[in-house]
Amino acid sequence: MAQNNLLLPQVAVVEEISTETSDIKTFKVASQGGGSPLEFLPGQCAMLSLPPVGEAIFSITSSPTEKDYLEFSIKKTGSVTNFLHEIEEGYQLGVRGPYGNGFPLEMLKGKDLLFIGGGIGLAPLRSLINYCLANRGDYGQVDIVYGARTPDDLVQRAEIFDNWPRASNTNVYLTVDVEWEGWDGHVGFVPQYMEEIGFAPENRIAVTCGPPIMIKFVLEGLERMGFKPEQVITTLELKMKCGVGKCGRCNLGDRYVCKDGPVFTYAELLNLPPEY
Amino acid sequence: MRKILKEKLPRLLGRLARANTLYLPRQQEAVVSFAPWQEGDSAAFEALNTAVPPKSIIFPQWETFMRFKTQGKTLELQKKEEESGGYLLFGIRPCDMASFFLLDRVFLEEPGDLLYARRREGTFISLGCSAPDEACFCTAFDLEPGWSGEADVMCWDLGKALLWEPQSEKGRHLTESQADLLVEASAEEAKTALEGRKSAAARQKEALHRKGWVLDRTAEKLEEMFDAPLWDLFRRCIGCGICTYLCPTCHCFDIQDHSAGQSGERFRCWDSCMYEDFTLMASGENPRPTKKERIRQRFMHKLCYFPNRFGHYGCVGCGRCVRGCPVMLDITQVIKEAGKRGGLKNAP
Repeated sequence: MAQNNLLLPQVAVVEEISTETSDIKTFKVASQGGGSPLEFLPGQCAMLSLPPVGEAIFSITSSPTEKDYLEFSIKKTGSVTNFLHEIEEGYQLGVRGPYGNGFPLEMLKGKDLLFIGGGIGLAPLRSLINYCLANRGDYGQVDIVYGARTPDDLVQRAEIFDNWPRASNTNVYLTVDVEWEGWDGHVGFVPQYMEEIGFAPENRIAVTCGPPIMIKFVLEGLERMGFKPEQVITTLELKMKCGVGKCGRCNLGDRYVCKDGPVFTYAELLNLPPEY
Repeated sequence: MRKILKEKLPRLLGRLARANTLYLPRQQEAVVSFAPWQEGDSAAFEALNTAVPPKSIIFPQWETFMRFKTQGKTLELQKKEEESGGYLLFGIRPCDMASFFLLDRVFLEEPGDLLYARRREGTFISLGCSAPDEACFCTAFDLEPGWSGEADVMCWDLGKALLWEPQSEKGRHLTESQADLLVEASAEEAKTALEGRKSAAARQKEALHRKGWVLDRTAEKLEEMFDAPLWDLFRRCIGCGICTYLCPTCHCFDIQDHSAGQSGERFRCWDSCMYEDFTLMASGENPRPTKKERIRQRFMHKLCYFPNRFGHYGCVGCGRCVRGCPVMLDITQVIKEAGKRGGLKNAP
């Protein structure tokens, strides 16, 4: 029989808050005694509790190779996230998890990886990117196509501009949707830019996350470039409450996205109702 | 086989109530529902289905599981004292008994839900139905109105007595501990019960055939009916959610905080896929934006997604949603429509 109530969070501390954009902040969370509150895999999620406002689920953006903390990049969107954006360093919150399947690390081994992210959608990808770069020998070439509406909306600037481009056998392609003063990089939408650059599907896995409309066009673009649905991975976002496949909010066909997902191959998604 | 004379029932209930938290069907103003029973209370064993299913005892409509205290930047979390358990439910109809088997798939699937598991450890005494009504359709799911293999003890109304048949270790233990109140049933009584049981099932099966409420690869067929015109007919749903609240197998819940000043509590409560905000995300995205998608989700979940995941239909045919819907939406209509689809696209 179950020994613990799965819905009970542990108390953790927000050690550091960094402002990424006008509406996105990154929160570094550690246990009260120090160290990461949870062991997890890239692509997994955790529930953050801010009583009395409530609880919401977020993808963990740090890599499991960072053992001292969890990081969450969070966009100010609803009641919990609005509250999170108001708190200061040292604030205590509840954490529970990890939830979900995470990225299929075994399947990715030895493959060239193409990451396609848009806006805050970089959050789950970043965990996997940093995990792969920390285990560089296990993976082939890494290509990262990332974009946002404006240069001011790009997150994790130190990594996208400095750390990642300097990593071995790694290319970073940045783009913004609209012309912007001071931006001399690429201008255009992520899916089109991805196709302009062009990636061969041989021995490559594409991993994408971003706004639903971006994902839709990325999937179409990948198909045109010859990627099979089995070679394309995405991570879904649905309303979730329990995180353990019981409350029913994230039910999609015969799956619970919080437990069986949030990471799915495009091939798996084609067999599920299009309600995401 | 043994029986308990009805005149001895109050003594039995009195003993059971001393050793357990005893719940049984009781008249609650206008309706009959499972409620705690104490010495002197009446029981409504004659009622067919309670208004609210006994699910409400094992998975309560509202349950606090944590207390919190905030002060400045600090947060204190404390789990609420867990109940000691020791639940005994008496008079559960076989369809509701079967619903626990289905709820177990969800709540006891790893990782198991402690709140549910503790209450589920209780003792369950079922009472067979001899006269299911016209909205009942448990036999569609290969259940029997008169009998449930899930119960610790199975009872059957003999008029002046209840036939008493232990079916589990827990049931046998209970039977032995109350042996002085039980007497041997005659072969004639056992035969009458068996015949009543068989004829209740046969009558219902025949009626279901007549009405077309018969399952035949329904889950498989529904997979191909996601875009069927059928779902447009259900737009008249008013989104009241009564079907989900009265359903013995609906398990969806919400988690909310309630606070006064700096301290408060976190509770979970029943929720409904019939409500717009059930899937509404903070971003404004809603994968099921209209009543059509929501009602399709409910019926597909019962008859397609649940069986695909757990190998059993997620409905027990208790008929509560059919009787309770204010605009006469009906899950049996989905069964019927699926039945009309002869060939499957992918049929061999």
